Amino acid sequence: MATMTIAKAINEGLRASLTKNPKSLLMGEDIGHLGGVYRVTDGLIKEFGDERVLDTPLAESGIVGTAIGLALRGYSPVCEIQFDGFVYPAFNQITTQLAKIHARSLGKLTVPVVIRIPYGGGIGSIEHHSESPEALFAHTAGLRIISPSNAHDAYWMIQKAIECQDPVIFFEPKRRYWLKGEVDVENAGLSADPFKAHVVREGTDATIVAYGPLVPVALAAANAASEDGRSVEVIDLRSISPLDFDTVEASVKKTGRLIVAHEAPTFGGIGGEIAARIGERAFLHLEAPVIRVGGFHMPYPVAKVEEDYLPDIDKILEALDRSLAY
Amino acid sequence: MGSTQLPPGTEETLAATTAAAAAPGEPVEMVQLLGPDGKLGSDPIFSDYAKRIDPEKLRVFYTDMARIRRFDQEATALQRQGELALWVPLTGQEAAQIGSGHASQPQDYIFPTYREHGVALVRNVDLAELLKQFRGVSNGGWDPRENNFHLYTLVLAAQTLHAVGYAMGIQRDQKLAAAEDSTDSKAAVIAYFGDGASSEGDVHESMVFAASYNAPVVFFCQNNHWAISVPTEVQTKVPLANRAKGYGFPGIRVDGNDVIAVHAVTEWALEHAREGRGPVLIEAYTYRVGAHTTADDPTKYRESAEEAAWREKDPLDRLEKYLRAEGLADEAFFDQVDADGDELAKYVRSTTHGLEVPDIREAFANVYAEQHPLIAEELAWFEEYSAGFESDEETAN
Repeated sequence: MATMTIAKAINEGLRASLTKNPKSLLMGEDIGHLGGVYRVTDGLIKEFGDERVLDTPLAESGIVGTAIGLALRGYSPVCEIQFDGFVYPAFNQITTQLAKIHARSLGKLTVPVVIRIPYGGGIGSIEHHSESPEALFAHTAGLRIISPSNAHDAYWMIQKAIECQDPVIFFEPKRRYWLKGEVDVENAGLSADPFKAHVVREGTDATIVAYGPLVPVALAAANAASEDGRSVEVIDLRSISPLDFDTVEASVKKTGRLIVAHEAPTFGGIGGEIAARIGERAFLHLEAPVIRVGGFHMPYPVAKVEEDYLPDIDKILEALDRSLAY
Repeated sequence: MGSTQLPPGTEETLAATTAAAAAPGEPVEMVQLLGPDGKLGSDPIFSDYAKRIDPEKLRVFYTDMARIRRFDQEATALQRQGELALWVPLTGQEAAQIGSGHASQPQDYIFPTYREHGVALVRNVDLAELLKQFRGVSNGGWDPRENNFHLYTLVLAAQTLHAVGYAMGIQRDQKLAAAEDSTDSKAAVIAYFGDGASSEGDVHESMVFAASYNAPVVFFCQNNHWAISVPTEVQTKVPLANRAKGYGFPGIRVDGNDVIAVHAVTEWALEHAREGRGPVLIEAYTYRVGAHTTADDPTKYRESAEEAAWREKDPLDRLEKYLRAEGLADEAFFDQVDADGDELAKYVRSTTHGLEVPDIREAFANVYAEQHPLIAEELAWFEEYSAGFESDEETAN
């Protein structure tokens, strides 16, 4: 067991993949000599050279589009988009091309491209540096979307994403980059399947579903609730597409109550999809409507007021109170 | 073809005669060998390449141009008869496609846009398979790896980036092969796009990436003068070939209705790319004689005089004149070409009628390469739903 931050765990995961697979390569702006603006790729260019770790021109569509071409030639490219809000110039390549090539070719072509995106707020940054666009991509068939919340997952999930023959968008919770945790580099354990949710805290009165940056918040809320005698189960979703409804459903059947928390705006978000599905699958087990805790229907606000925007312990506890009041 | 076979001074001469010589907005010199009068001229660089084309190859050029024009007419008719949802005619652009397609080698990979039926023919794609997309039975239709001819792409210019990435993969393959001491044949990529697509950001980004990494890619722009109803003048203030200079690689304008010049220029460009000298932009100056697709009406946006003037430059007519004048093809040859065209049309018509409508289960099967629970769940629902109808039928019977 080694203790490392999430950023370091991704770095080690990338190193392991680059070592294992000579056809894997990294590409993005500033990922080479600088090691990425968050230093997630630190030192990799020195180890693997600039043919495997490419400092690309500053062009997101170009990064993803050329990665598609490399994948068509048999390579496994891992692209870094510097920040969430900068993925939109590549949106076309991701949604109209990357997501569809396997289907269009009737399965004859695969494009195992991984797109790493540091996402989410809470870092006091400026416009376009704090967004959570996962629902936009989850709505597109052909893409897989995952987001680790701890170092062990980060280390293994990035490697599994690179091994996956489908395109994977890997959302990195940037405000948790420095969160330390134990990583078992010998044994993937539950992380061997990155598309399955984990029950990270058992409980009987209500279930909170979260992923990425909000998992620690959900856990803290569950701990606070336990002081009031409430037993709250917490699920780390890990995968947004595919979404592991079975794990959520099993939990709801046990607890009867569900709160879904994510940073992305509530309207049209993943929380709505989970609520609808659980309504269909476990209606008679529900003691209360599924309650969503998320961002408002507004552009991500300026940093000085982001605390009012982001789901926090209090907002989750308020939702819990509402749910328990039924 | 090794670099030693390049005519001495080629690079310098090109630099002097093409993009580098002209100020950005000035007309660029156009490479032409076979004029509209059917007479063969000369060019300081490309005549050497034209000499590689023997009479048999010229007859193949003519046959392929005639075949693809006949195919185009048949596909247009099929659309008019309601057999195809849409057709994208290529008439007028046969020389640009047949000439460039024949300059490629089997190991080169081609990324077409959606009008490259002539290139598809040269790359041995079954033309009936090409119609699947337009008939609405497939979003592709052929296995791109069989002939190194990629699927059509309807989102303009997206494929130019794929081409550059693919070319970057070729570079890496060669290094891996060298490290393993194996001999990997040198390859290049051609990215086709039109003058309208040249306005897309992806074309710009693809050229930036290609130049940055010296990727073995040939950008082949068919300037057919009309992006649906919008003329080239709205897309660009400078000759498109001149843009290459801004990215730092050669740009050549070639008479796109001159199959000999197109072949020569493309062969040069592909050798340039395969030998590690980096990308080239070719602007094939041509004209789309018909509509953009069967959905538009050119009479609404352009003058018939313009169309007539371009018909004078017809790529098939000029090669026919040349072949006849030089005694390289007789009447029997042209009769045979006509007969072959009729055979092809018959084949395409009957095959189109027989194209099978796929089962939607095939679509379920190909969304993801690996197992996906949502797909399994939705497919299971669909099976149950469909089975309900079947049992209803049984009851009714």
